[in-house]
Formats: sequence, C-alpha cells, structure tokens
Amino acid sequence: MTAPFPRPPVPFAAAGTAALSVGHEALSLLMPMHVVVSSTGHIRSCGPTLARLARDGALPGRRLLEVFEFQRPAAPSAMDDLMAVAGRRLSLRFRAPPRTGFKGLAVPLPGGQGALLNLSFGIGAVAAVAEHGLTAGDFAPTDLTVEMLYLVEAKSAAMEESRRLNRKLEGARSAAEEQALTDALTGLRNRRALEDTLARLIGMGHRFGLMHIDLDRFKAVNDTLGHAAGDLVLGAVAAALAAEVRDEDVAARMGGDEFVLLFPGVTDTARLEAVARRIIARIEEPVPFAGTDCRISASAGITVSTFYDRPEAEQMLHDADLALYASKRAGRGRATVHEPG
Amino acid sequence: MTGRASAEAAQPGLTGFEAMLIYDDALTGRVLDALAERTGLPREMLLEDLGTYLVRHPNTEAIRRLLRFGGETFAEFLHSLDDLPDRVGLAVPDLRLPSIEVRDLGPGQVLLSTGPGLPGYGQVLAGVLRAMADDYGSLALVVLLDCAGGAARLSVTVADAAFAEGRRFVLSAAAGTDGASGGIGAGPAGGAAP
Repeated sequence: MTAPFPRPPVPFAAAGTAALSVGHEALSLLMPMHVVVSSTGHIRSCGPTLARLARDGALPGRRLLEVFEFQRPAAPSAMDDLMAVAGRRLSLRFRAPPRTGFKGLAVPLPGGQGALLNLSFGIGAVAAVAEHGLTAGDFAPTDLTVEMLYLVEAKSAAMEESRRLNRKLEGARSAAEEQALTDALTGLRNRRALEDTLARLIGMGHRFGLMHIDLDRFKAVNDTLGHAAGDLVLGAVAAALAAEVRDEDVAARMGGDEFVLLFPGVTDTARLEAVARRIIARIEEPVPFAGTDCRISASAGITVSTFYDRPEAEQMLHDADLALYASKRAGRGRATVHEPG
Repeated sequence: MTGRASAEAAQPGLTGFEAMLIYDDALTGRVLDALAERTGLPREMLLEDLGTYLVRHPNTEAIRRLLRFGGETFAEFLHSLDDLPDRVGLAVPDLRLPSIEVRDLGPGQVLLSTGPGLPGYGQVLAGVLRAMADDYGSLALVVLLDCAGGAARLSVTVADAAFAEGRRFVLSAAAGTDGASGGIGAGPAGGAAP
C-alpha cells in the first residue's frame, strides 16, 4: 500500500544539519509511546505509556516483530524491511491480547544504530483508553487524544439528551394522536379514526366489511332517565361492540347513538349478519340504572367492499345507511345487507 | 415541587426546561424571579446553587465529567477555563458562553474575568468553581468580586490542593466506575430543586 500523498524520501540526517541528541527522559516526555529499536531489531527502550500497555512483560530486550504485528505496509520480516518503510504511515498491533492497534511512524537513527518508532492510537483511542485505563498524564500535552475523548463524550451526552427529548416528544405525540382518534365518552375510535382506516383499507385495495349500527329507543332513555343513564348505556354498547369484534376490526362512535364497524378481510355477508345479531342481542340486555332497567335495541346495515368495482368510502357508508334504514322500517332490532344494484 | 411551580408561575403550561431546546432569556429571568419569591432566597444565591447543582447532582453527571477533562488538578482546571466557552461550543454549538480570561495573581491564586452578555454568569460560575474544588478534593476560596454590567470578576485562591480525597475521574466513561450514566439533564425547574 502506498501513502495517499507520496512523499519524497525523508532527508534523514541531511547534510549540514546537526543530529539532535535527545535523552530517554526527554524523548519519553515528547513521545510517551515511542520505541527505540536496535540495528538487530530488538527493542532497546520505550516510552512510559507504551510500557504500561504491554501486559505480557517488559518490552526492552524483546524483538520488535515478536511484539508487534505489522498490518500495513506489508509486514516487514527483518530490520531492513522496517528501514524500507521509514517515513511511511504504519498500521500495527500488539500480537498479545487485547491486540491494541496503533498508527506509527519510524525513522532511522543516525549511524545505522537502528530506528525510532513513534506510536499513537488513531481512531481506536476511545477503546484503548478504556481497555488500558489510561489517564491524561499518559499523553503528551501536544497529543489531542484527550481532546478527542472529550469530544466523543460531549457528543454522546448531547446525543443522549436529544434522544431523551425525542422519546419524550414521541410519547407526547402518540398520546395526542391516540386522544385525537378516540371517542372520549366510550373509548371507541371516533369518526376521524374510522374515516382514516376506511380510506387506508380502500387505498390499499383490501377487502373488508362495513357495518352501520344505530341504537333504537336510545332517545327515550336519555329523555326519561337523563344524560347520566344515556352515557351509561353508551358505555354498555361500547363494551358490547368491543366484545364482538376482533383486534384487527375497528369499532367507532360516529356521534350521538350512531356506530360504524370495519371488518378487514371479511366479505362473507352471512358471517357479518351473524356478528350483527350477536351485537344486537348484547345491546338488548338491560342496563340497570338507579333502580330501573334501561332497555334499548339496535338496527344494523351491512355492505362489503366486494360489492363494488371501485369501492368508495362515501358510497359504502351511504349504502350501509340505506340498509340500516331498511332494518328500521322492517321493525328494528335486526340487520340488513345492502343489495348491490 | 418548587421548581415546577415556579416554571408554571413564569409561564403557564411550562413544566421545566429541556436541555436541548432554546428558550427566551426573559423566560429564564421570570422563572428565577418566581423561584426567588417561592423560596425566599435571593436570586444570586439561587444562581450559585444552580452552578453547584450542575457539578454535583447525578442528573448532570455528564457535565461534571466534561468539566473534569479541563485538567488533572484543580489548578490545571482553573487554567483551562479560558478554553471553557470553546469546549462548550464543541459540545453544544448553539450554546455560546461569554469568554473567560484567566490571570495568575500569585501562587495558588487566579483572577477570572468574564465577558458580558449573560446576566448571572458570574454567580453560576462561582457555584461551579466551588463544587469543582470539592470534586478535585481541593480547598479553595471563591469570591465574586463584582458582576457589573454582566461581566464578572472572580478571585479563586487555592488554600490546599490536596485537602481531601476528590471524586474519582477516569478518562474513559466506559471504564469508569465514577458513574458516567447521567445525562445533561433537565434544569432545576424540571429536575429536583438544588
């Protein structure tokens, strides 16, 4: 692999420049993760942070290539190869667990005395710092690793805060939506929810049954026993509807004493008539109120999407309504299936 | 809860501040006024308590940790405060804090001067500094010298850098057992009152 920006050969010990002489302590302050390698490929000394990282014993005295596995450029097998990659961007890692990865740069030492290899964690810094329990003192002040850790943590904290806010807003949104789609008195779906579902079923081309239910003698209960009795009866009707429909069905109160039910996947009118009869029977059960029994009944009109070439919400509601009034005319307390023309 | 009631008093329907949302500065002022009225404490003291809360309360542990990145010792932390507005800006770009200038007054003593623009900045900073001194285990005297026109001057004298054992801080939040789970947290109006 070549460096993305090919550089000219590094002018090591260029003519006319005095070679610097830097002692081990100074070198350790400047580069706490350096390695000095002898001409035989053995580690002569290393920086204090790197020494902390090596868990399988002290580094000095061991062969560099035994301690590190070079990944890029191609693994050098001898010291000469290491010299060949001098000045290039190196990727290497510890052979021993936890196999910490490093970025590196090697330069030859004057007089063929070996090489100086400096290492850093690169993008693996967050994991490495956690793994090895490093502190700010393990990094040179010129090293931006600690700043990077700060940024990572600041970003995570800000992100976590945003997530928390999002969860809260999402909770509020779905509660508001639920509220907007629910009939407050009965807990059934409301007209808006019904119309949404109906439009969705038609839009997606699903087959379904639609049942329109209107209470009989409800007005009499309201007028003679008052609104409290009326509300109690509506609650009992809601319970009756909920008991007879499946989870995937929709039972909505359209207002007053009028209800519409949707049965996704059900277009068998005999089956829908049976459901209507069971619902009516439940609704006819007396509801005790203040020492008296409230007795009502219900009439139903049924239509199914398969009656239509192109079902339309308004048409289907209208047809179910016509069938409902046929039930009323025929003496109430019964269900009628729309007869497609 | 006093905080919630104060928020409600400042603006009907307000139940707390969200850390990641932007509010009108005047609203903050009204919440503080309402809080001062309810608690009978002066506004200055509430602002200082807010600063202390930000460092000490588990709700805002993330803030304490981010502040501890400023230095390994309290003295280093003090000298990193001129970086604080930039650091805060990196974490939350919308949050622009006035500048802080750090000047050495002698051994263990610094003078902090803030830029203008954020009323109460000096008091909150005083609270943060007192709590951070504790966090590092240092004994320090923090005096708010003045805060005329919004620009504050504080003197901080470190009497004993190793007065007590400070709270633990390790670089890695993942490796830390110093409880890095807290978020930035809701302000005092939303969370527990400081």
